[in-house]
Amino acid sequence: MTDSRDELEDFRAEARAWLEQNFPKSLAGRGGAMMRSESIDESESEALDWAKRLGEKGWGTPTWPAEYGGGGLTQLQAQALHQEMDRARAFNPLIRTTGMGITMVGPTILEYGTEDQKQRHIPKICRGEVFWSLGYSEPNAGSDLASLSTRAEDVGDHWVVNGQKTWTSGADISDWCGVLVRTDFKAEKRDGISFLMIDMHQPGVETRPIRLIGGASPFCETFFNDARAEKNEMLGELNAGWTVGKRLLQHERASQTGATSGMGGGARRSLRDVAREYAGVDGDGRLADADLRSRLTAHMMDAKSHSLTLARVTAEARGSAKVSAAASILKNAASLVAQQRAELIVEMMGHNGLGWEGEGFSPEELDAVRAWLSGKAMSIYGGSAEIQNNIIAKNILGLPENTQRG
Amino acid sequence: MAALTEEQSLLKEQAKAWARDEASVAKFREMRDSGNEFGFDKATWASIGEMGWAGIVVPEEFGGVDMGYLTFGVVLEELGRQLTASPLLASGLVGATALVLGGSEDQKQAWLPKIADGTATVTLAVDEGPRHAPARTALAAEKTGSGYALRGHKLHVLEGMSADAFVVAARTSGSPGDSAGISLFLVEAGASGLSRQRLITADSRGYASVGFDGVEVASDALLGEVDRGAEVLDAILDRGRAGLAAEMLGTAAQSFDMTLDYLKNRVQFGQVIGSFQALGHRAAGLFTEMEMARSCVEAALQAIDDGSDDVAQLCSLAKCKAGDFLHHMSNELIQIHGGIGMTDEFDAGLYLKRARALEATFGNQAFHRDRYATLIGI
Repeated sequence: MTDSRDELEDFRAEARAWLEQNFPKSLAGRGGAMMRSESIDESESEALDWAKRLGEKGWGTPTWPAEYGGGGLTQLQAQALHQEMDRARAFNPLIRTTGMGITMVGPTILEYGTEDQKQRHIPKICRGEVFWSLGYSEPNAGSDLASLSTRAEDVGDHWVVNGQKTWTSGADISDWCGVLVRTDFKAEKRDGISFLMIDMHQPGVETRPIRLIGGASPFCETFFNDARAEKNEMLGELNAGWTVGKRLLQHERASQTGATSGMGGGARRSLRDVAREYAGVDGDGRLADADLRSRLTAHMMDAKSHSLTLARVTAEARGSAKVSAAASILKNAASLVAQQRAELIVEMMGHNGLGWEGEGFSPEELDAVRAWLSGKAMSIYGGSAEIQNNIIAKNILGLPENTQRG
Repeated sequence: MAALTEEQSLLKEQAKAWARDEASVAKFREMRDSGNEFGFDKATWASIGEMGWAGIVVPEEFGGVDMGYLTFGVVLEELGRQLTASPLLASGLVGATALVLGGSEDQKQAWLPKIADGTATVTLAVDEGPRHAPARTALAAEKTGSGYALRGHKLHVLEGMSADAFVVAARTSGSPGDSAGISLFLVEAGASGLSRQRLITADSRGYASVGFDGVEVASDALLGEVDRGAEVLDAILDRGRAGLAAEMLGTAAQSFDMTLDYLKNRVQFGQVIGSFQALGHRAAGLFTEMEMARSCVEAALQAIDDGSDDVAQLCSLAKCKAGDFLHHMSNELIQIHGGIGMTDEFDAGLYLKRARALEATFGNQAFHRDRYATLIGI
C-alpha cells in the first residue's frame, strides 16, 4: 500500500493504454443499458469479448488477490482504474454477470473460505465464468430468517439437502447458490445453521421464476430435493452459518441506505419538471394544484433531510463503526422517501402514470409505473421496516427485547 | 452532534451542565408560578450575560466572541432541553444579528457591547397579526422634518416586556403585502408615544403587544436603507429561525429522553411498557425523525457560518423539520406518559405549551413549506 505518486501515475498510464486497446469504442457509454439484465445477449459479441478480456486481466475484481485471479491492485490503484474507466465511458459487466458473486459471495469466501475453496471458486468469479445466487429466505422464514427449515444431512461423503428457498434472485440462471441450511436440529435456532455452496446443475435442484406486481423479476423459488452438496463446500465451520450469513448480509445492507439518487423513483427528469408539466402552473408560477404542491414540497424536504443525514453520518463516523448503528435509520428513511417519490410521480401523471405497455404512453410513464410497483419491495427486503424498527428499539435505544426474537 | 469542533463540544458540555444545575425546568416552573411579567428570571439572565453567550455572534471589536451560529445553536439546544427562559435568542441572536447585518457604525457601538454582556436587550418587532407575515407590515413611518414618525402596532414581540430597544419593521412606501417599501428602525423602549402591554400566553414567556402612537425618531434611527429593509429582515429572520430550530431540537430531544426513560421504567402487565412492540416502534420512529431533524438544523446553522447561497432554503427546511418533529414528539410525550402526562405537576405540559409557541414563532411549518416551495420554484 505504499504507492508513490509516480508509481500511481505509471499505473494510471498503463490502465489507460490497456483500456484503449481492449475496451471496444462501440460500447462506450452503453453500460447503463447493458447492465440492466443479468446476462449479456449472445448477439452482443463485442460485449462478451470485453467481459472476457476484463476477466482475464482480473480487473473486474481489481483489489482481490492476484493469486486467485483478482487484479491484485491497491485501493489507490483500483480508484485510478475506475477513474480511467469512467473517462473511457467503460463499465464492468462482471458485476452483473456473476450475480451475487462479486458483490457478496466472493468477499465472504475470501474471508471465511478454505484455501481449497478460494482456489476453486474465486478465479471463476474473477473471470466471470460463474453466476452466483443466494438461498436465504424461505416461505416460512422471512423476517424470522433464523427459523429456516431447509435441512442438510450428513450421509458420509456428502450432504443431502431438502427444502424450499424463495426470493433467490437469479437462481434460474445461476451455476452456484450460497444456501443457509439447518445442520443441527436440536440446537437453538441460530446455532444449528450452516452455509453450503451448492452446484445448481444437478437433478435435485429445481427453480421457478416469480412474477411480481411490477411484472417479470429476477426472483425465483428454488426447490432442493435430495440435492447433493460436497463435504468441501461448507463455508465456515459446521453450525457457524449464521455468522457467515450475517457477514454476507452486511455487504447487502450497506448498499441500501442511499436510494433517492440513481435508479430510485423512476422519472428521468427532476420532480419539479414532471410536476410543472403535468399539473401546470398558476399566474405566479406556482403549481396550480395547491394540495399537490404542499405534499410535493413535504416530500422534497424529507428527501433533503435524508441526504443531509447521510452526509452527517459520514462526517461523524470518521472511519469508526458508528455507521452500522445508523444503517437501520437510513434504510427506513431511504425506503420511505423513494416510495413517496414514486407515488407522487404516478399521481402527477394521472391515468398515464398507470400505462402498462404499448402505445399511448411515454417511456418515462412506462418506467414510472414499474418503478412505483417494484419500489414497494424496498421496505421489505434486506430486513423489513418493522425489523429495522426492532433493531433501532433494541440496539440503539436499549429498550428490552420484545417477544419477537430476531 | 455533528462533527463539532473541540471548542463547540466543550461549550455544549458547559451549557448542558449549567442548564441542568442552574436553570432547570424546575426553575422555569418557579418563575411561571411567581407571575413574573418579564417571562424570565433576572438572575438567570445575568448569569448568561456573564458567561458571554449573548455575544456569540457579536464581533470581537464590539465585545463579543464571534464564534458563529452553529456554536450559538449548540447552546440554544441545551437551554431548550430545560426550557430555560431568557432573552438569549431574542436579543443575543436576533437583536445582535439585526445590528450586525443592518446597523450603522454608531448603532453597533451603542448597542452591541451591551447586548453581548447582557446589560441591554434588543428585540425584533415584526408581526402585526397573529400569524407570521413580514411582508404584510403596515405600521407607517412617515417622513418628518428631522426624521420619521411611527404609527401602528406590533404583536407577539419576543421578550417585548423587558426589551430596551426594538428593531421595528415599518412601511415607508408601497402597501401591506409588498416586500418593497419596508424599512427597519431602531427604537428605544422609552421613546415618547411607545406603549407596551403584556400578553399572557400558555408558554409563560414575556410577549408584548407594542403600540407606536406617533413615535418620533431621527433619521439615524434607520437600520439599513430606506424602503429596502425586506432583504435584511429576511436574513435576520432566517438566522432567528435557525436558532429557534436548534432550541426546538433541544426541547424535542428532552421530550424524547423523558419518554424513553418512562418506557424503560413504567411497569404494566408485569413488564416494562417499552417491551411492547407497539411502543418500541413508535420510539424508533420518533428517533428516526429526530436524527433527520438534527441534520437539517445543523446544516442550516453551518450554511450561515459558511455564507452559502442556500441559507434561506436550509433555514426554512430546519424550522419546518424541527417543527414537525417537535409537534409530533410533544404529543407523544403526553400520550405515552398517559394520565401523569396530563397533570400540571409533571413537566410534559410545559414542553407541549412551549412547543406550539416555538412552532408559531417566525413562521410555522406551513409557512416554511410554502416558502421552501417558492424558493425551489414549484
